[in-house]
Amino acid sequence: MAESQVPYAYNYLTGAEARFLDAAVERLIPTDELGPGAKDAGVTYYIDQQLRGMWGTHGRQYRSGPWHEGTPQQGFQSRLTPQEIYRVGIHEINEYCNQKHGKNFEFLAADLQDQVLHALEEGGVSLPSLSSKLFFDILWRNTEEGFFADPIYGGNRDKIGWKLLGFPGVGGSEYNARLDNPEPYRVKEPVSIVDIEQLRAKLDAQGFPKHEKLDQQGGRK
Amino acid sequence: MTTTKMKHVDAVVVGSGVVGSIMCMELANAGLSVVCLERGRMSDPQKDFTMPYVHDELKYDRHSDIFQNLSRETITVRNNMGEMALPMRELGSFKPGELVGGTAVHWGTNARRFLPHDFELRSQSEARYGKDYFPQDCTSQDWGVTYDDVEPYYDMFEHIYGVGGKAGNLDGQIQPGGNPHEGPRSREYPNPPTRRTPQGEIFAKAVSELGYTPFQGPAAAMTQEYTNLYKVHLGECQRGGFCSSHACSQGAKANPLTTVMPALYKQPTFEMRPLCNVIKVNTDSTGKKATGVTYIDARGNTVEQTADIVILATYCFNNTRLLLLSDIGTPYDPTTGKGVVGRNYSYQTGGRIHVFFDDKEFNPFIGGGMVNTSIDDLNGDVIDRSGLGFVGGAYIGCAQPGATPIKSKPVPHGTPRWGAAWKKAVAENYHHCLTVSIHGSCQSYRGHYLDLDPTYKDANGLPLLRMTYDWHQNEQKMLKWMYEKITQIVKVMNPSKYHAHPIASKYSIVPYQSTHNMGGVAMGADPATSAVNKHLQSWDIPNLFVVGGSAFPQNPAQGPTETIGMLACWAADGIKDIYLKRPGQSMV
Repeated sequence: MAESQVPYAYNYLTGAEARFLDAAVERLIPTDELGPGAKDAGVTYYIDQQLRGMWGTHGRQYRSGPWHEGTPQQGFQSRLTPQEIYRVGIHEINEYCNQKHGKNFEFLAADLQDQVLHALEEGGVSLPSLSSKLFFDILWRNTEEGFFADPIYGGNRDKIGWKLLGFPGVGGSEYNARLDNPEPYRVKEPVSIVDIEQLRAKLDAQGFPKHEKLDQQGGRK
Repeated sequence: MTTTKMKHVDAVVVGSGVVGSIMCMELANAGLSVVCLERGRMSDPQKDFTMPYVHDELKYDRHSDIFQNLSRETITVRNNMGEMALPMRELGSFKPGELVGGTAVHWGTNARRFLPHDFELRSQSEARYGKDYFPQDCTSQDWGVTYDDVEPYYDMFEHIYGVGGKAGNLDGQIQPGGNPHEGPRSREYPNPPTRRTPQGEIFAKAVSELGYTPFQGPAAAMTQEYTNLYKVHLGECQRGGFCSSHACSQGAKANPLTTVMPALYKQPTFEMRPLCNVIKVNTDSTGKKATGVTYIDARGNTVEQTADIVILATYCFNNTRLLLLSDIGTPYDPTTGKGVVGRNYSYQTGGRIHVFFDDKEFNPFIGGGMVNTSIDDLNGDVIDRSGLGFVGGAYIGCAQPGATPIKSKPVPHGTPRWGAAWKKAVAENYHHCLTVSIHGSCQSYRGHYLDLDPTYKDANGLPLLRMTYDWHQNEQKMLKWMYEKITQIVKVMNPSKYHAHPIASKYSIVPYQSTHNMGGVAMGADPATSAVNKHLQSWDIPNLFVVGGSAFPQNPAQGPTETIGMLACWAADGIKDIYLKRPGQSMV
């Protein structure tokens, strides 16, 4: 787990926010017999890195008013940036958890945490400043990204997400030759952009990694 | 505010995408001095798009800086005239590009010709099925050109973009292995078709059992090394995935950067000017002649470029918006049906069934470059359409775009959206799913149009373009019928499970669908219903040409890019062969 030695130190999130997110993303993608979940994959750190960057302030999004809620078909219409959605949203959800259950979200039992997440997802929690569904949808989108994006972004540590899928990472040198070959293609270790930059992968002349492959058994694993 | 004036040129081309690059090349080749104005930055694929960094799904699919930067300019959207349009604040449904090379830098390379029937949809359908065949509010119309008129220009474009495929109809002779329903071709494709994947084999076997004719859909990702019409060399596609939405590191995806620019930059009479955002087409006091364009450069200066010929070659939205901002042509009014600029906006109709096999394992990450097996038997006028109750058709395909892990991991219907059960389903199904998709036509309607938004402005203080659009009952009926047909195909495959993507009741800007926004400056034979004539020449201003997806009067099934490229070749030839002999005159 060499890549997992990246420290959990945050640029944008507060300690309280990081504890909330560690708890929430671990319910969204839990650790189980299939392997580590989103918390161990570094998804909280991934979200922190996204929030401090261009996306966190909606740097490429249209940001002028007037602001109207609109129809669901008109998409994102919040005045808040992702930074603000997380900061305000986590605070208001913890207020809700304290009112309803007497504790912050991270201290609730797992089944209660799931209940809260489902309620947020369905828009069933009335938060003062934003739609709970909006918060959930962004959290889930970022969780999925942080679990499956290249580890260069701080999530998908040890390529946990790719190993879960059997995704080999950066496209391999044999793909073109294998295009019409039904033999299953499974790798010993997926190759990430970091692996290539840190010279842990062998490359062909065009820069495609030569994946080390597993012997095949075929069929559903 | 002072306006800088630049040296006069023969032709100014706005936009450097599929259309702009070819128009520049053809006119510079003919000896004209040409300036291309591109709102995006310069790009050099050999430096900007390299391994391993192009294999980054988050960077390209989610946060790409090769897509339009909405902080400066977007569109507003509403489903109908009764709603207030609101700005599209983030990209979703479609992804226009913003850099030298345009949207095609990240296209998926689907390169199909339209069918002959598509160009004469209105007249042929009414002749065959009667005047009541079209819904009353349908404004779909003939293009003003026939397939035979434009066939040489499809051929030309295919030899610029190195399209790989197998002819199904060579000069009227049906060829085994190709699409038997396509229009006659004057010669074979420049490159061989893609090899068929294991998923494609399953699809081909099923459709053959049902009496359809499968073929490898044509694609503009090189199936072998290729030197094109402009003597530019392209590499072979490595099928590494990370294709659509991504730039290509191999010079294997045909786009303006890989097929035209290397030759264009050598033209002594050509100049590329990136980071120049054109805001207006200027006209003289008569309003019948364009004098050039005004743009804002990278430093914020207002600059005027005069030219004898002005060519708008931008995305459908900007071609329409520039005419409206410049007060050229009559804006379309949906209440009266009069006016042409902004009329006949259409999109693309899509559907898909995810098909799961417990006993088969695929390699879903291998692909890209539009590897697909298709049928065209349900498209165009191939079958008798009387009694179907809808206008339009679709091709059905099974493609292997390269399943990247954030967005492409279908799970069976009924799987929870998150949690342990979702995680298990994702792990179990990623290697066991293929997708059969519907790629369908979309008609134009009286109430679907583009105009200027009354409220929201771009970074220059100019009104945004407003889209008023929703799915029409006709397209929903077509989708329902197509789903029945492809469900039959899927059942023949004998899968463990399958489920169809639901038919949306309303058009939404949120989920990605396709970057196939068409119309607004329709071409045609009648100035009352089209904004440009069959040579893409403005009816109002003879030295103004508006070329691109904006010219589509409606959108046939096959995907627009091949026809957009063909129209560029056709319009450029018209300017060289007809217009320049009688400059300033109408060509029809």
